[in-house]
Amino acid sequence: MATPVLDKAEAEAQAKAAALITVTFRVRRFNPEVSAESVWQDFQLQIDPKERVLDGLHKIKWDLDGTLTFRRSCAHGICGSDAMRINGKNRLACKTLIKDINPAKPITIEPIKGMTVLKDLVVDMEPFFQAYRDVMPFLITKDTNEPTRERLQSAEDRERFDDTTKCILCAACTSSCPVFWNDGQYFGPAAIVNAHRFIFDSRDEAGEQRLEVLNDKDGVWRCRTTFNCTDACPRGIEVTKAIQEVKRALITRRL
Amino acid sequence: MSTTETTASGIGPVEGAALYDVDNPAPVIEPPRKRTKKTPKSTRGNFEMYGWLFMRLSGIVLVVLVLGHLLIQLVLDGGVSKVGFAFVAGRWASPWWQIWDLAMLWLAMLHGANGLRTVINDYAERTNTRLWLKGLLYTATVFTILLGTLVIFTFDPNIR
Repeated sequence: MATPVLDKAEAEAQAKAAALITVTFRVRRFNPEVSAESVWQDFQLQIDPKERVLDGLHKIKWDLDGTLTFRRSCAHGICGSDAMRINGKNRLACKTLIKDINPAKPITIEPIKGMTVLKDLVVDMEPFFQAYRDVMPFLITKDTNEPTRERLQSAEDRERFDDTTKCILCAACTSSCPVFWNDGQYFGPAAIVNAHRFIFDSRDEAGEQRLEVLNDKDGVWRCRTTFNCTDACPRGIEVTKAIQEVKRALITRRL
Repeated sequence: MSTTETTASGIGPVEGAALYDVDNPAPVIEPPRKRTKKTPKSTRGNFEMYGWLFMRLSGIVLVVLVLGHLLIQLVLDGGVSKVGFAFVAGRWASPWWQIWDLAMLWLAMLHGANGLRTVINDYAERTNTRLWLKGLLYTATVFTILLGTLVIFTFDPNIR
């Protein structure tokens, strides 16, 4: 009885080993305690092409070089921790399969642009979250009494802002925006998307205040509709469209 | 929205001696849109909205004005060879063409200047660079608009 089981396990192990390919991960390393400059470092590893870039980073951190620093929490595309620049494009490392990004060539991995790098792939997200906080991303109602029942909403009213509820705050959009790269003062796509989520919510009553916030010199009017944000969004949110809708709402309500 | 003065830098001592301490603190990243001594005022207001709208509206009008202008100057009635002092004098005798050219001058100059202003805002990194480039831009714009307007209204066809 034992022999066939062993054979099966052996065959599986062989099949697994045969599926492995050699890839080069070219990682942008930065350690402020060693050098003020960041450098590229190559790692060779054996990996199944159906695995994700995050699995490759794990292999590096766990087996090759424990000093490699990057953020990841859930590792399944929901927490938004592991946005990074992979082959020059902002993506989530946990949603990018090796086979989809040409493993024949070295895979370049950099921290997201436009924010201060703290170490390796970890950046200071504070400017990003500051812009998020500035648009008041929470329900505001004029009714000060505590609600006695849930706030009902029609399916159509819910549909109005459905797209922008999908945001996971990974910063892939904001850090792909060339306007944000310059001085980091622009609110950025993510903050506008999260403002959009409440501005167009029929239950919320502070849409006007949020529009006023985004009417800033560094608000929605700095958007140049380059569509980098829409391309970068790992959740497929039509980010540029949401920004345009906020612009339109500002114009129709102000004029 | 309160912004804390001590933004967590995220750089802590790892093993051995820390690079940063009380006397040598880690660099603090300026929080976005923070009110400082240099920028004490709120930057909210409708200016950028009107600027954005102006670009769209003037763009539409300019398509008509410029294409019409090019058609008349370069294609119709024998093309560019007909354009001379007499041709310009004849056209500017009519208030219609005066207003056409005036509108084209003002809209094109303001449209272009506003476009360059946003380019400077997007690409110039230092405040001083921005200031100088914008100063140069505004001077050139005002000069060109005033000179053009002056010529359109004070054009004398009998000049010798």
